[in-house]
Amino acid sequence: MSDVTIPPSDSLAVLEKQRSTAETFGIPLAVLLEITHRCPLQCPYCSNPVELDRSGKELTTDEWKKVLSELAEIGVLQVHFSGGEPTARKDLVELVKHASDAGLYTNLITSAVLLTRERLSDLADAGLCHVQISFQGIEDGLADRVAGYKGGHRKKLEVAKWTRELDLPLTVNAVMHRQNLHQLPDIIQMALDLDADRLEVANVQYYGWALKNRAALMPTVAQLDECTRLVEEARERLKGRLTIDYVVPDYYALRPKKCMGGWGRQFFNISPAGKVLPCHAAESITGLDFESVRSNHSIAWIWQNSEAFNRYRGTGWMKEPCKSCEFREIDFGGCRCQAFALTGDAANTDPACALSPLHETIFKQAEAEAEGDTSRFLYRNFAGGTLESENDA
Amino acid sequence: MAGPRNISVSEASRPVLPRHAKLKYDETRKVWVILAPERVLAPDEIAVEVLQLCNGERNVGDVADQLVAKYAAPREAILADVIAMLQDLADKGFLTEIREKTS
Repeated sequence: MSDVTIPPSDSLAVLEKQRSTAETFGIPLAVLLEITHRCPLQCPYCSNPVELDRSGKELTTDEWKKVLSELAEIGVLQVHFSGGEPTARKDLVELVKHASDAGLYTNLITSAVLLTRERLSDLADAGLCHVQISFQGIEDGLADRVAGYKGGHRKKLEVAKWTRELDLPLTVNAVMHRQNLHQLPDIIQMALDLDADRLEVANVQYYGWALKNRAALMPTVAQLDECTRLVEEARERLKGRLTIDYVVPDYYALRPKKCMGGWGRQFFNISPAGKVLPCHAAESITGLDFESVRSNHSIAWIWQNSEAFNRYRGTGWMKEPCKSCEFREIDFGGCRCQAFALTGDAANTDPACALSPLHETIFKQAEAEAEGDTSRFLYRNFAGGTLESENDA
Repeated sequence: MAGPRNISVSEASRPVLPRHAKLKYDETRKVWVILAPERVLAPDEIAVEVLQLCNGERNVGDVADQLVAKYAAPREAILADVIAMLQDLADKGFLTEIREKTS
């Protein structure tokens, strides 16, 4: 018999951070399922592409079930049901049940405004493991204006309460920008009052809809510094009580983010129409052809072999200054979608990086926009967006 | 409702994984994992054994007793290790505890 030793803090490793998984392009642990682009909210920073999939293109119930079974079979452990608004799909309970039966950990990423208590209870019974509700602020006025949906904030608070009453774990997702960052202390308190387990303080990332709305959303440097200070203080104060995940906007950084953990390394998502994508904004890069689950290829094949996944994998595709950069395998040149949106070539260095020739220009532009007086939103919808009335802004 | 947060693990506490954290054997990668929102943890062998013993009935002392019997190691050392491991999990938000219901 030998002694038992339990390393006190090293006993838990985050699998996703293990190099081996990333280097062999093993099947990702978690997959984002954007089961519809339909949504009653019109948030101006929506992460969906500007060209939304209409309902007629969405995968059918049976097609999604086949996808879920296949994901479980190839080793995916978690699925996030997202959108659009996933509860806009009438078959959501059926899909969650199917995923649970296949052994998948299921997470619902929702705006909550379409949920009834009965439906939430049905989802819990179907095996739903976790609920994430987005909030746009802490009071009706601002929150409903950002979402472009009257009565939304109140409904969200109610659904958050039901979530905890049904003993489902809750994440509060707060998307932050210039017009609501002043509410952050109250948002942290709201997460506590709602008995959330986790809070995401997610600064807007500027692609697609958010890029169109950048002048109305970009925070000032001072706001961002204060935001970081508040998050760090709250993390320490609420250790063991509330987990806080923090996403910063990268325009003000010197080093770009390791977007999606690197293209095609740890993550993929499936669009409403069944396209398998390296990230939810990837369709904004023109000239890339994404394979669909409706094709003759398996999901594992698409992940490993499709042209779109291999195009920006690793470092072989890089140009200077990335190519010879000592950080090339740390951040993989930042975000391909941002590089495409701001430079017209996805293989360029993400301008968020200080080594990009465009960094200075972009930084100055962001700073100027943040100090500007544009506050009107271009609301997200299927018609290509609707500008907020001047009286409301 | 789930148990209160801010747990301080002691010999008397009866820890369990919270509902949002699931212990599962990953057949593809041949490892045990704890699944939680946006996170996947890979507990080592001993952590898995401890967590399987934490069923909400046993307290930490009982769990240590089981391990003492199995590995014939000094109870004091095992207890300290088990508490440290569980406290680490609790601080990361992956542990809750059963308390007597107050009505």
